[in-house]
Amino acid sequence: MSDIPSDLKYTQSHEWVRALPNDQIEIGITDHAQAALGDLVFVEVPELGRRLTAGAACAVVESVKAASDIYSPVDGTVVANNAALASNPELVNQAPYAGGWLIRIAVDSGNAAANLLDATQYERFLADEAQ
Amino acid sequence: MPFIPHTPDDVAEMLAVIGAQRIEDLFDEIPSALKSAVLSRVPQALSEMEVGRLMSERAAQDGRPLNFIGAGAYEHHIPAPVWAIATRGEFYSAYTPYQAEASQGTLQLIYEYQSMMCALTAMEVSNASLYDGASALAEACLTAVRANRASTSRRILVARSANPTYLKVAQAIAGNQNIRFESVDFDRQRGDALAASLRAYDGEDVTALVIQQPNFFGVLEEVDELTDWARTNKVLLIAVVNPTSLAVLKPPGLWGSLCDGKQGADIVCGEGQPLGVPLSSGGPYFGFMTTRMQYVRQMPGRIVGRTLDMQGRPGFTLTLQAREQHIRRAKANSNICTNQGLTVTAATIYMTLLGAEGLARVAEASLARCEELVTALTAIPGVRATFSGHRFHEAVLTLDRPVAAVLAALAARGILGGLDLEERFPELGHALLVCATETKTTADIAQYAQALGELLAVPLVARGAA
Amino acid sequence: MQLHPSQEPVVFELSRPGRGAQSQFPPQPSKAQSLPPHLRRAEPPLLPEVSELQAVRHFTRLSQLNFSIDTHFYPLGSCTMKYNPKACNTFAMLPELLGRHPLAPDSASQGFLACMFELQEMLKDITGMRGVSLTPMAGAQGEFAGVAMIRSYHRARGDFARNEIIVPEAAHGTNPATATMCGCTVKEIPCDANGDVDIDALRAAVGPNTAGIMLTNPSTLGVFERKIEQVARIVHDAGGLLYYDGANLNAILGKVRPGDMGFDVIHMNLHKTFSTPHGGGGPGSGAVGVAERLLPFLPIPIVGRDGDRYRWLAERDLPQSIGRLSGFMGNAGVNLRAYIYMRMLGREGMTRVAEYATLNANYLLKRLLAAGFDAAYPSRRASHEFIITLKRQHRDYQVTAMDVAKRLLDYGFHAPTTYFPLLVPECLLIEPTETEAKEDLDRFCDGMIAILREMIQEPEKLTSAPFTMPVRRLDDVRAAKQLDLVWKRADTV
Repeated sequence: MSDIPSDLKYTQSHEWVRALPNDQIEIGITDHAQAALGDLVFVEVPELGRRLTAGAACAVVESVKAASDIYSPVDGTVVANNAALASNPELVNQAPYAGGWLIRIAVDSGNAAANLLDATQYERFLADEAQ
Repeated sequence: MPFIPHTPDDVAEMLAVIGAQRIEDLFDEIPSALKSAVLSRVPQALSEMEVGRLMSERAAQDGRPLNFIGAGAYEHHIPAPVWAIATRGEFYSAYTPYQAEASQGTLQLIYEYQSMMCALTAMEVSNASLYDGASALAEACLTAVRANRASTSRRILVARSANPTYLKVAQAIAGNQNIRFESVDFDRQRGDALAASLRAYDGEDVTALVIQQPNFFGVLEEVDELTDWARTNKVLLIAVVNPTSLAVLKPPGLWGSLCDGKQGADIVCGEGQPLGVPLSSGGPYFGFMTTRMQYVRQMPGRIVGRTLDMQGRPGFTLTLQAREQHIRRAKANSNICTNQGLTVTAATIYMTLLGAEGLARVAEASLARCEELVTALTAIPGVRATFSGHRFHEAVLTLDRPVAAVLAALAARGILGGLDLEERFPELGHALLVCATETKTTADIAQYAQALGELLAVPLVARGAA
Repeated sequence: MQLHPSQEPVVFELSRPGRGAQSQFPPQPSKAQSLPPHLRRAEPPLLPEVSELQAVRHFTRLSQLNFSIDTHFYPLGSCTMKYNPKACNTFAMLPELLGRHPLAPDSASQGFLACMFELQEMLKDITGMRGVSLTPMAGAQGEFAGVAMIRSYHRARGDFARNEIIVPEAAHGTNPATATMCGCTVKEIPCDANGDVDIDALRAAVGPNTAGIMLTNPSTLGVFERKIEQVARIVHDAGGLLYYDGANLNAILGKVRPGDMGFDVIHMNLHKTFSTPHGGGGPGSGAVGVAERLLPFLPIPIVGRDGDRYRWLAERDLPQSIGRLSGFMGNAGVNLRAYIYMRMLGREGMTRVAEYATLNANYLLKRLLAAGFDAAYPSRRASHEFIITLKRQHRDYQVTAMDVAKRLLDYGFHAPTTYFPLLVPECLLIEPTETEAKEDLDRFCDGMIAILREMIQEPEKLTSAPFTMPVRRLDDVRAAKQLDLVWKRADTV
């Protein structure tokens, strides 16, 4: 059973979203996603200041089995990325919601993330996918 | 039935287990309308003896003319152990090393190959090979587009003194991805790329510059100047190089000056055929690619890495496969699936047998023979050296008459005199690209000079209308 | 297989300064050659320094660490690991053929060109196509040529909107990767529960943007695409073309022609169906065949015939060609081996290939089902390959397809293809080929049965397998994180 913190929001492409002050959000990949990928060997995050478009790929997480794109849930600008992942990509496996965060984004005004699931909805989504 | 071991008893037993009456029943899911008639244009089977006879006749038809053609495929002596070992069943009939524990031979060999290519080119990392030199250049261009984040133009400058077929292949393969290739002209006197014509691109958004060393004419490029220009203008430098020449020429990893902590070419590629692979009508060869470690994830093709097994013993495995087609699918760096395993095996054995000293001797001997050839041929009235630049083992000669007829007459005497450049480079007039490697003897060169002398002794006027 | 110590040193570790295979060095030139000092190499490259015997021993011992068709049953699905006849190599390496320069004039190449022309003709006959080019150097290049030709065809008709390639979910990874390389976008469609293409999904997917569809038949699921005529009609009616991935041609050789199924372009894998050597990863050869309307776009050069003379056809003869894909004319040596193989097989031999490959696959399937394994499509005929899924065993005993594959190595068999197609969980794709004898198939079944027993009673025999290889299971996470891709002096592991 994967861990799904109730205070976060989720996407159907297995990213989590944490609301931060000042119209910023933090994103990463869920426990389900990190388990499916296996041990991460490499993470590529966008540089500070990069403009992101909702639904477009903005980062890559790579394991031995797969390389998966991470999709931005909003239009915005990258204000921080997790530099520790360059030498320790396994942080994403060990603490996907804490030390394994990927990017912090300053959301464009009037552009709240659409189609996010809450914890219950994401759990149901995972159950449906498993069928 | 050739290669099929089944006896009628086998077939009967197997059908019984399956629960079918005849083998044809196993095809009952195929709509009968689709089941084709007998193949009418495939001949009846030949025994091995009969095929051997046929192939011997075909081979004899073509014979073994004396070869002075280079132009991207070079005749070198191949030590006997190279193919004796490469055609061992354990190498010849092994598959791609996806099950690493059962493929340590192939994997370790590729690791050794990667190491040798890095040493030759003075670069940090190599892949396990690509199909050939031309397609390797196409892949290098695609890699440069991925790697050069600062550039969005997808403009790639290619020296006209580089192999024109390579440019055609790069266009065919990479042209569908919005890459624009533009030409940098060459100096008519010296035969090398015109560094001055790069000035026109100063400060413009250019993704990469392609330089071949030695170039298609056999002339040596001023690689330091060209590399420095690229570095200053944030243009990635793609070097197309001849591996034999790297035993004696400055390797691309050391081209140019140290600038911003970086030196040398950014991506190196080329044709590996000179390293122990026979001419074989153009293939199979292999393309090599080496680059900086920072671009390793942008590089296409397979890569072998060394690691440990669960008991701490060293072993080898394919790595970074997540970039490849079988995992990334539509997002892969390339669709490439094969590497040229067998020819890479031959090249690795070749490089091991020769070592740096042996390879340098091959390079120097080839250089010397080419000089001898040029001296002998330019002594003939009606033949002159076209370019003044320094050469490796090829040279362009200008004849006093159309090259095609001369070559045809030489071929009739069992001599392949070189490559006619008139169509590829009309501005050079009656130009002929000749090559001599360590395989040519003084007697061979004399034979060529003698024949050419006789042919050109016939005055132009008397030859009548062209 | 004989066991060898797992440590064969990396060749650089055998080096001693001054060693080399001296008799291989050409004589030193009498005059020193002058190269401009600023272009000369200052330090020699780090290459091995060993004697000829040391080199021979090193690489011979490396070869002995491999599994190969010559030594082991190799049921890799989708790879067609059939016997590589030695004669193909011997005759392709006749000195005159081996030493022929690719740019030798046609007049000095009639023997070689005759072989290539006849190969083109045979491949046309087998595939039901009107034209063939031998230049693509691998299956993936053949695919590239196929999609590029489709694209050129539409553009030549002035239809620039057709940029979408439809690909079944179960397709080999090269298919969508190729579409992208050609500047197309990819639309994936599902298959139905029986393994056929989902016709409704296909109908919904085609439209004015459809360039074409890429299909394998039999499919990557190991079964024949029964609705292929319907698929062809739907795609053609929508204005798209059909591309055939010839990876599984061995299953229908001489029985069904892709041209008759409605395909417009096909790539063949000569290193699969026509038994050219796999060589530890290559070289392959991905010849392409086309129907009438794609003839002008074939990649060059191809061999033509004027009366009784053969010659190369290139830019001037095919001005609309998609161009050149190789520096010369493709993997000629590989094509020669395929030609020799096909001459030895002959007309009847071709048909026997599909018949006995299919017989072997169906026999293995039945025996494995009887032993308690689950097939992905148990009610369907196997083509020349079939899929076993270990989903149940994974749930009950926590063993994976990877574990079974590794344990098979201990039993002396190369593992089947694992985890392809991605659609079927914990799968093994098994393709015995026609050159395997019944008793070798039986031995394989016995091995699988023994492993099934171990799964239940001693699962660690699987999860820690293999035990008898030169190395134990390798840490590929470490391989990707701590990249060691080049040997460095004073290396310690």
